Amino acid sequence: MEITPAHYTVLSAALFTIGVIGVLVRRNIIIIFMAIELMLNAVNINLVAHAQQVENLVGQVFVVFVIAVAAAEAAVGLGIILAFYRNKETVNIDEMNVMRW
Amino acid sequence: MAETIVFYTLSVLILGLAILVVTAKNAVHSVVALVMTFLCVAALYVVLEAEFLAVIQILVYAGGIVVLYLFVVMLVNLGRSPEEHQDPRRLSVFGLGLAGAMLLEVAGIVVYSYNRSASTVTAPAAASPVQGNTQELGWLLYTDYLIPFELASVLLLVAMVGAIVLAKRDL
Amino acid sequence: MDLIWLIPVLPGIGAALNGLLGIRYFSKPVAAAIACATMGGALLLSIFAFAQLLGAEHREHVVTLAHWIPPIPLQTVDGLGAFEAPWAFRLDPLSGMMILIVSGIGFLIHLYSSSYMDHEPRGGYVRFFCYLNLFCFFMLTLVLGSTFLVMFVGWEGVGLCSYLLIGFWYHKKSAADAGKKAFVVNRVGDFGFVLGVFLIFFTFGTIDFREVAEAASQMPVESAAFGVLSTICLLLFVGAVGKSAQIPLYVWLPDAMEGPTPVSALIHAATMVTAGVYMVGRNAVLFSHAPMVMTIVAVVGGVTALMAATIGLVQTDIKKVLAYSTVSQLGYMFLATGVGAFGAGAFHLMTHAFFKALLFLGSGSVIHAMNDEQDMQKMGNMKLYMPTTFITMFVGALAIAGVPGLSGFFSKDEILAKTFVASPWLWGLAVVTAGMTAFYMFRLIFMTFFGEYRGPKWGGDAEGQADGDHAAAADDHGHDGAHVWHGPHESPKLMTVPLMILAVGAAVAGYVGIPPIIGDFVGVGNAIEHFLEPSFVAESAALAEEGEHAVAHLSHVVEFGLMAFSVLIAGLGIALAYHLYVRRPKRAVELAENWAGAHRVLTNKYYVDEAYNSTVIKGTMGSARGLWAVDRNVVDGAVNGAGWLTRALSWVSHVLDKYVVDGLVNLAAWICAEGSYIFRRGQTGLIQNYAVATLFGVFACATAFLVVRFMG
Repeated sequence: MEITPAHYTVLSAALFTIGVIGVLVRRNIIIIFMAIELMLNAVNINLVAHAQQVENLVGQVFVVFVIAVAAAEAAVGLGIILAFYRNKETVNIDEMNVMRW
Repeated sequence: MAETIVFYTLSVLILGLAILVVTAKNAVHSVVALVMTFLCVAALYVVLEAEFLAVIQILVYAGGIVVLYLFVVMLVNLGRSPEEHQDPRRLSVFGLGLAGAMLLEVAGIVVYSYNRSASTVTAPAAASPVQGNTQELGWLLYTDYLIPFELASVLLLVAMVGAIVLAKRDL
Repeated sequence: MDLIWLIPVLPGIGAALNGLLGIRYFSKPVAAAIACATMGGALLLSIFAFAQLLGAEHREHVVTLAHWIPPIPLQTVDGLGAFEAPWAFRLDPLSGMMILIVSGIGFLIHLYSSSYMDHEPRGGYVRFFCYLNLFCFFMLTLVLGSTFLVMFVGWEGVGLCSYLLIGFWYHKKSAADAGKKAFVVNRVGDFGFVLGVFLIFFTFGTIDFREVAEAASQMPVESAAFGVLSTICLLLFVGAVGKSAQIPLYVWLPDAMEGPTPVSALIHAATMVTAGVYMVGRNAVLFSHAPMVMTIVAVVGGVTALMAATIGLVQTDIKKVLAYSTVSQLGYMFLATGVGAFGAGAFHLMTHAFFKALLFLGSGSVIHAMNDEQDMQKMGNMKLYMPTTFITMFVGALAIAGVPGLSGFFSKDEILAKTFVASPWLWGLAVVTAGMTAFYMFRLIFMTFFGEYRGPKWGGDAEGQADGDHAAAADDHGHDGAHVWHGPHESPKLMTVPLMILAVGAAVAGYVGIPPIIGDFVGVGNAIEHFLEPSFVAESAALAEEGEHAVAHLSHVVEFGLMAFSVLIAGLGIALAYHLYVRRPKRAVELAENWAGAHRVLTNKYYVDEAYNSTVIKGTMGSARGLWAVDRNVVDGAVNGAGWLTRALSWVSHVLDKYVVDGLVNLAAWICAEGSYIFRRGQTGLIQNYAVATLFGVFACATAFLVVRFMG
């Protein structure tokens, strides 16, 4: 049975779904960030699979950019988590509500 | 055939480890599962003839980002999990429900897009003067996508400065 | 003659100097010198002006000083007129005579006062001269004024000065009350005068004396109907009644004796009170055209003369006697004008000014000598102590009694003669009055200067003068306690010299008006009547001739008879006084006891003051209280009701505002708040909730997209 881009797409969708669920369900903000990384990886898989299918490397170029952005996001996001933890002694996202009404 | 076996094996590993990432009680476990997921994704890239990306995936994700996460998890040394007071079952029901909806939606989109792509997808083969995945990618990055590439480096620099500013106790 | 405006202005300057600077800075001699000098200047100017007037062909001169009120359109009977009032002075025979009287007697009284008021503290002394000068300023303005309005300025001004001078010792309640009384009673008269002036302007469209007289002379004599001229004259006469103290407004004059004696002499005998007579004389043409009012004038004058004379019979206060005598003599003058003898009235005005000023100043001298004692019962035999005063006063008394050869004889006789022509009844009244006048004047002379001394003892011992009344009086008058009275004494030269001058005047002033019957013998006519005549007639009218004709009708025999009769009556009065008060003083007391009722009525001045008190004053007070009650209950009630209504309305509005308007606003706010509560529930601040919402949004969009695509 040949593996088509559709398979990759399904895999990507499942991985993305898992990421989304992780973002929405977990309270630990570090794990939420990890779930975001999962979602980004799902996107990357999709991009690479289709790039291979259309024999065009532009998709891979985008993956490079996505990885770069992910790295930047992780660095800044984790910096924010550290700063927040220092102030509030917690990483529970429910307690990050200072911007509420 | 081998490709099929590899794909499914990797797919199962990826999805299983990803589920582990989002469900593990201990954050360290999550990080470990995340590393494994990234490695599996890298393997998938190899299958997809994207060797450069596979290397990048391992270097940047598994090597850089995950170490970063590990550090943070270690620094944020929680006595107890933030989710201790929550009802795990309720959460899982909520998560599964959401997951079902999400999958349904994505499935819809996928079906739709494949219905369309049959007719619309063409393969504009880009003429490339070089051979091999890494070389071609390098060519593209330093020709057509030079400015985004440089901007990405600037972005990384900015992120680095920002991360240092945020994480440092007192400037 | 162009400088006649200086005549009133000079005393005005003196008053301003003394009033503005003097009270603070001037010493007594300086203040007196300024006052006397300004009056002297006014007298000299008056004499010059009078001399020029005598020499002038046309005996009327008007000097317009400045425009006062520019022409104002005002309604008159002939349509719109221009009300215009210049500051104009008119010198004609009548005002010429008046300025001589006012400035002459005024000057003498200023001299007299400088000595008489010497016991006053410096401030009061200067204030006195300021008022006195101010009075002369207004009085001269009154007599020189060329229009009713200028005259009215003087008219009110002298009223003011009268008030100020009556109440000069304002810390004495009786003096302050007397001043107030004079002022209030004069207001009644002035009200009539002002109404008269209004009516004059409305009728003639001018307020100039001469123009009014000319216009009036063209109108028919209102002998049958009570027309507009009669109304004008009646209103003017009301003013004259107030100013000249006639029935029923005479009550203020006796009380006015609370003022210093020179004031009584100048204002309440010689000048101001004669302003009414002067005003009637000034408007002789008007009055001649209103015979009914003339009758009223004559009757009022005659009755006043008699009534005041009867009251004067029994008064014991020396100044009260003279005050009632003044009222009586003013009645005489009105009697004269009332019967058409304006010249006689003015003549009597002049002679009266001399002898009454003399008598007042003499009484002042006596009062001064007796240390402010005014009760004649406490005097007696004063001729021993003050011969000059006695002689001069005796001359004055002879003059007023009408003894032949002295001034009063001529003027009174002329009045009597003219009255006899007009009405024998009034003549009878006048003759009786003349007899009474002679009686009470000589009663005064005899009680004061003859008989035994009945006053307090004097000398070094304090008991001699410890009489409560006059010790208090002395204190009231501001005399220092250290001043020791050394018994009755002749007054200083400054006081006696004016007395002597006035005595000469009282003796000889009558010779300017020798009655025709005597004049025919000695070859001189009645100078003053001919002199004054131009003032009483319109230039074009020959009305005065009627009066002349009337006199001419009187035969010489009748006139002689009348004259002899009045002299006889006067002689009888004098003899009776001599009999009762010198030869048999007890007889007077017995008489008073036998006629106790009549005596009491007279002593109490017919209870007129009491009657006024219980009617006019009580009525005024009662109506004022009633009005006050109306004001408090009705007007204030209405105001308070309006206030209450406003408050009630505002309360309603407040309730509306609070519950309806605010309610709507609050309802809107409440709806927003409650609505926001629902929406606020969504704003948890939890990132994941937002993320879920975002996700569902994406789902919705994607689903919609897919549905559309698949359907399409």
